[in-house]
Amino acid sequence: MLRFKQYYRVETIDEAYELNQKKANHIMAGNLWLRQQNRTIGGVIDLSDLGLDQIEETEDAFVIGAMVTLRQIECSEALAQYLNGAARESVRHIVGVQFRNLATVGGSLYGRYGFSDVLTLFLALGAKVRLYHTGEVELADYVDQKLDRDVLEAVILPKKVEGCSYQCIRNSETDFPVLTCCMAKVNGVYQGTIGARPGRAVLFRDETGLLKDGINEESVAAFADYVRTHVVTGSNYRAGAEYRRKMSGVLTKRALMAIKEGGLN
Amino acid sequence: MEITFQLNGKKITRSIESDTILLDLLRELKCYSVKRGCETSNCGLCTVFVNEKPILSCSTIAARVNGAEVVTLEGLQDEAKAFGAYVADEGAEQCGFCNPGFMMNAIAMFRENPDPTDDEIREYLSGNLCRCSGYEGQLRGIKAYLAYKKGEVQNHVTQ
Repeated sequence: MLRFKQYYRVETIDEAYELNQKKANHIMAGNLWLRQQNRTIGGVIDLSDLGLDQIEETEDAFVIGAMVTLRQIECSEALAQYLNGAARESVRHIVGVQFRNLATVGGSLYGRYGFSDVLTLFLALGAKVRLYHTGEVELADYVDQKLDRDVLEAVILPKKVEGCSYQCIRNSETDFPVLTCCMAKVNGVYQGTIGARPGRAVLFRDETGLLKDGINEESVAAFADYVRTHVVTGSNYRAGAEYRRKMSGVLTKRALMAIKEGGLN
Repeated sequence: MEITFQLNGKKITRSIESDTILLDLLRELKCYSVKRGCETSNCGLCTVFVNEKPILSCSTIAARVNGAEVVTLEGLQDEAKAFGAYVADEGAEQCGFCNPGFMMNAIAMFRENPDPTDDEIREYLSGNLCRCSGYEGQLRGIKAYLAYKKGEVQNHVTQ
């Protein structure tokens, strides 16, 4: 079990940042899987009182606080409308309602977990993260950075998404995914992610213009083939690398066809 | 550290360790409906309401509920009794160990969505594992209870 000696319920992000500079301290997000760890740390920093649990819609973006739960993402009408249900689809398979009432967006993204449906979604949508010390960083860059001591304040989703679809494969409902995929048209360009490879999600942009003439059977097959041949997959007890590779093409194809049909999942 | 919170409508002040888990604290406070199951955030046996939302008490630090309202099945006796009779009537309980967590989450669903479809029921309760029943009895119990609540049928079970 995770054990700690101090619990800090901070009142400002600055206080959280200062406390987090001590290596013994860690920021507490949803705090799930406490019993699946066996370590003792100095203290945990709770961001619950900082008002980071809101989804704000501005003219040109959604600003999603780091402490917004996956259940809030699932139930947000504004996100559902904007993303044609893709946000809901990405989280609704995760364990159960009680779990999703605890798990946070910030915790999901900070950890850069391989199994993360949330990372697969936001990476495909061209999201940014706002860090207290560093400022705004593209999520695509953030996922490649080492875990550091900055405080993730919010996820910023610019309103540049013209269509998207989320797909995943699970061996059983509510289990970790075997493979995740999100395709989106962002700022006029198609891009997509493959996650749970089992490594963390990776982004594929249509840089060679395979989809420049739109979505049709040939262009979808070409892009799906591109993803399938370039994605790096591995094996674990959920699935083999070759199965994941083949299915990455299948999910890409399904997601693109769903976008063509209106982005619904 | 000391925390104060509402437990089933009663103000509780308690001195705890920083890393005390809510599940442990609630059982210390004699809320034995809160079961220790998987402790890996999967089974839903330890479900309680914090500020009216169902959460997993095995995965919540007790310090976090300082100032919050916590409700366990002990605090929902009337609702539990009415609904539980329908669950029992459908033979949905076998060992019964999952039942408190299942009842809590079902009550959360009734409050959030009083008229769920079968798929919505299955999805909402997918975080409550049962190793005996196969879930069909639970689904029948929920549907029978909802039909009674909507006035579609008369109460036919002994409460």
